[in-house]
Order: sequence, then C-alpha cells, then structure tokens
Amino acid sequence: MDRILFGDNQFFGINHMSDDLARKQSMQFQSDEAILAMLEGVLREGIEVLMCTTHERIGAICEAVRQQPGRFAHLKMYPCMPYAHKYANAVSELGMIEAVKGFLPADAPFLAAVKNGVAVARKDVDVLVRGLIDAEMKMFNGIPTPVIFLQNVVTDLALGLGFHGALRTFHDHVRHAYGAEPGFITMNLPLLLEALDAVGIDNPIVCANLNKIGFRMCGGIPAYEEVVASRRFRAVAMSVFASGAIAPSEAIEYVCSQERIESIVFGASSLRNVRHTKELIDRYSQRAAAV
Amino acid sequence: MNTTKLPPIRIALAGLGKMGLSHQAIINMHPALDLVAVCDPSTYLLDLVGRYTRVPTFSDYACMLDQAQPEALVIATPSRLHEAMVRAALERGIDVFCEKPFCLDVKEGARLVTLAEARSLVTQVGYHNRFLGTFIEARRMLAASAIGRVHHASVECYGPVMLRPKGRTWRTSRIEGGGCLYDYACHGIDLLNFLIGTPNSVSGSVLRSVFSALTDDEVYANLAYPDGVTAQLSANWSDESHRKMSTTVTLWGTNGKIEASRQELTIYLRKPVPQLSSLCQGWNTLYTTALTKPVWYYLRGEEYSAQIDFFVDAIRQRRVDNHCNFRSGHATDIVADMIRRDAADSDRVGGGVAPAAGAVAPARWGRALQAIGAAVRDAPGAAAKTLKGNP
Repeated sequence: MDRILFGDNQFFGINHMSDDLARKQSMQFQSDEAILAMLEGVLREGIEVLMCTTHERIGAICEAVRQQPGRFAHLKMYPCMPYAHKYANAVSELGMIEAVKGFLPADAPFLAAVKNGVAVARKDVDVLVRGLIDAEMKMFNGIPTPVIFLQNVVTDLALGLGFHGALRTFHDHVRHAYGAEPGFITMNLPLLLEALDAVGIDNPIVCANLNKIGFRMCGGIPAYEEVVASRRFRAVAMSVFASGAIAPSEAIEYVCSQERIESIVFGASSLRNVRHTKELIDRYSQRAAAV
Repeated sequence: MNTTKLPPIRIALAGLGKMGLSHQAIINMHPALDLVAVCDPSTYLLDLVGRYTRVPTFSDYACMLDQAQPEALVIATPSRLHEAMVRAALERGIDVFCEKPFCLDVKEGARLVTLAEARSLVTQVGYHNRFLGTFIEARRMLAASAIGRVHHASVECYGPVMLRPKGRTWRTSRIEGGGCLYDYACHGIDLLNFLIGTPNSVSGSVLRSVFSALTDDEVYANLAYPDGVTAQLSANWSDESHRKMSTTVTLWGTNGKIEASRQELTIYLRKPVPQLSSLCQGWNTLYTTALTKPVWYYLRGEEYSAQIDFFVDAIRQRRVDNHCNFRSGHATDIVADMIRRDAADSDRVGGGVAPAAGAVAPARWGRALQAIGAAVRDAPGAAAKTLKGNP
C-alpha cells in the first residue's frame, strides 16, 4: 500500500463537521473536470492513490481516466463499496428485496434465477454478495485497483449482526476475482479485529479513524493505540484531522508517532492543503523513523 | 453506559427492515442486552437472519412474545402496525422501545400511554435527534436562558427520498404511515417539542405531493405556542440537493439566536451570559466533534447507539418518566395529526388546491378576481353597478 492516499469526501459534499463547508466543496467539485484537475494536481504532488466511494459520479471519473491515460498514467484507485445512501434510498423506495435485485448486474449468470426468486430462495448470500461486489466494480474496469475496501456501514453492520461470514466472503471474492487486497473500513477497530481473526482473515488491511481526540474511535483512544501497536493488521488511518477539529501539524504528528500505521488517507479541496499535509506526513514519518 | 454486572435484559425485536437490522446490530453489541428473538413476516429475511446470526426467529409476533418471553422489546415495523404490537407487549408487561412515529391513531396512542403508565412500564419512541450532541447542547443552552426569551423557532428537514413518481412500499403510502409528514416532519416536530415544548395550535398547513401518488412529499406549517411564541416547520423529502436527511433548527430569542444541525451548533449572543462563560458575545460555533459522547459500538451515527443505551439505563433504573417516553412520542403524534387536519381543512376551503403557505392569500385573491372577471363578462351592466357600490 502507498503511504499516502487521497480521499474523496470533499468531492461529494461530505464533511463531518460542517454542512456549509460540505456544500461549498460540493459546489466547487460539481463538474467532473474540477475533480479531474484536482486529481492531476494530486498526482503531481506525488500522491498516486485515490481512495474513493463507489458513488455514481466516480463512474464518470473512471471513464475520463481511461480516456486520458497520459494525464493519469500513475493513478491507482482503492474503491470503497458500497455507497450506502444509494442502497438506503432504494430500499425506502422499493423495499429490501427489490432494491437488492435492482443492483445486481444485468449480465450476471444467475440474474434470471434471482429475478425468479430462486437464488433468493436458496438464501445463497455468497452469490448475492459476489454479485453486488461485481456490480460495484464494473465502473473501475481497466483501472488498477490493488486494494478494495468494504465501507464501514456494511462492515460494522455485519460485525454488529454477528454476520462475520459476509466479511470472509468479501475478502475471498476480492482476492480471487480481482487479484486485489481486501480492506475493511470500520468505526469499531478493536471489535472488528477480533471478528476478522475469528473468521481466519490474517493480517487484514483495516482503515479506521485514528485521531488525537478519539473522534469516532469506538472503544476509546487507549484501546486503539494498543491494537495498533500490538495486533497483526495493516492499519490505514482516516479522519486524522477529525474533520478539522485538530490542528494539522498536531494531527499528523500524532498519527506518524504510531509507527505501525502503514497508510494515511486524507482529503482536501485545495492543492495547497494537499502539499502542506504531504509535507507534514513526510516530515513526521522521517522523524518517527529516526527516533 | 451502565456496566454493572446484572443479568442481561432479555430483549426481542420486531421488524427487520432498515431500522430493524440497524437495531439488531446495536442490540447484539450491547453488553447489557441479550437478543432472544426477532420477528418479521418476510420468510426470506427471517431465514437469512436465523441462519447467519443464529438468533431465534418468528414469523408470528404474538408467538414470539409468548414463547421467547422477552422483558423488553424494540418495535421497528411499518407505522400502521405499531398500535396493535405496542398494546400486545404492554399487556404482557414488556418494556417497549417503538420506532417513530408512535401511533397513527392518536386516540389509541393516548390509551397506550395510559396503559403503559398504569403498569409502570419503561417506554421510548425512537426520535434519535434527542441523542445528538448538537441538539442536546441547544437544549442545555435554552435551559440556561442563553438567548433570553425565545419568541420564534424554525425547523427544516430536507432530503432525497422521493425523487421520482414511483415507489411501492409502505413508506410511499399515507394510510400506512408513509409520507413526508410521518417520515421527515415528525422529526422536526419532535425536535421543537424537545427544545421549546408543545404547540397549542397549528395553521397554514400544507401537505402536498411533489412526485408521490399516494402520499405527501412536502409539509409546511405554522405552530403557535403559549405566551405568543411561534414556529415554522418545513419538511421536504423530494429535495435532491441534500445527500441525506438534513435537519436544522433555528431559535430566536431576546438575547440572540441558536442554529443547530447534526454537525454544528452556532449561537449568536447579544450580551454574554454569566452561566455559560465559555461563550463570548457575538458568534460562537461548536462542532459535533467536541459535543458527541463516545458510544460502545458505532453504526451510522452515535445517536442510534445512545438511544438504545438510554433505554437500557431507563429499564435498569425503572425510569418511566424519561424525556422520550410514549407520552412524549404521543405529543408529537398529536401535532402531526393537527397538521394533517389543518391541511385537510385548507384543502376543502381551497377546493382541493393545496398551495404553499405563502401562496394561500394570492390564490384566494386570484379566484376572487376571476369571479369578478366572469361577472363583468356575463353581465357588464350589473357588474358595473356592483363595482360602483350601487347594486
């Protein structure tokens, strides 16, 4: 995994602290070209990974990336699936079963069976999970996706329900069908690591909030610091600034001081902030390595 | 969170829709709860849940209550089913958490409140905004008279649920408790009840479809409170400009203004308030990152876990008079019902037209002018005399 990953919240009006800021950013990036220009700038800064939700708009971004190979030569994407609101709204509109059917790919070999209620009746969850992953992955066709993440709302739902087998299904399908490393995003890091261990997933990639104020770190800062230091997993730190609640330098120093954190994902709406954050990560990573 | 070593509370769950599954995960992770049964009419979902989570499943609600014998229950079924399910549980002496809205029929709602209180049962309605750090902080500030005497409030609930003229679930049918009034506006009503109390009357209510065939997609109403306080409610679930449901409340007082949403709380103070020394004169902004208390397990938002933890704590303490009990949920139902009736009355006055609140007067004037125009056309002489005030 790359050390620095660029996140996409700013592109889609997601800000956990301010609705106003979220709206400004969603206006700033309302054209695909604005997103592409930002990505181009981010690549120039030496960050080569976009960690992105499978939001409808990412499909258009992927298409542009495919059409302009020179401009985005080194770009890799780490898809994070699914974009939950897409499903939640469909469930409100169509009901649970119809919504799931609606998202299965049209050319899936088992589609006819599912449409007739056969696969559903067989309760073949693995088939459904794989079908949904394939549907989400379609937009990334032809683009390197070395790591594929399961979004926290699904990871944590499966965790909470005790439906840990679904996490294993995701893991296996990502490895076998895409030759990629599966990753899990969570708000419940210590609990999730136990669950992944229980279904035999060794050394998983897990992305969780890791910030100095403990924002959305369920279990608390000491428990997080302990698992990062002692458990066998590949940590990706997100929400390191806690949506702006922590000063940049302090935030990055905290994360970089935990040497076993492999990658850091952050979003920004200006290249100046990208450059500044990357400099901070480089500086504090070197300092931590030197100690 | 209560972590004393008592035997876990035996709890059951009715309904495995979106909210039901979310509740199931949260209940399952709570150390003081033992999920003893779930029930849903969908055999497909039930088999899935039974097979993969190993919780006992029932397709019949009464069977579940009688066989699993839970001490507590979470009801997350379509709204029209709440009344009978709540009654069956209360009659068996079970503490009940019911999803919002509490009851579509306010008369039955009142009877259920009385029944629960007579039996000293712990009850709660799932208005999760009451567990958001920003809204709790707004309530604390109001209690400390931060903005002086509140004279007006506004609550707005917008989001992208119904964006096309289709859909066929209970949420898209008003008689089943679907629609913007029961789904979105109730959150706004309850938030106002939480912050400034219950209104005496409503007026100018509009319940209108934008896309839906069988229910309302937008709701507007004016609310009047004791002492001349007023509020306005706007809810619209056909607003694509929002990524997900967004609820904002604004309160105006003699010493300033509070604006609160899920993410942040902004307070403007005309003069500093000694009892809130951390706030300065002028603008102050507090963010959810500082206001949110941690939860033991997170799914979609701290408030969903916090409300279940509150229910557990209320059961442990036998706290039947908590701020979000059935009586409180019933108060919200009453306001929703007042809005529904007021909108229906306006509809009759307007001949089936339901114009937006601000457009009521011009529309009626328009009809009056049309009538004058028709009279002039049909009988110009008589009309001229009438207009001269000389019949």
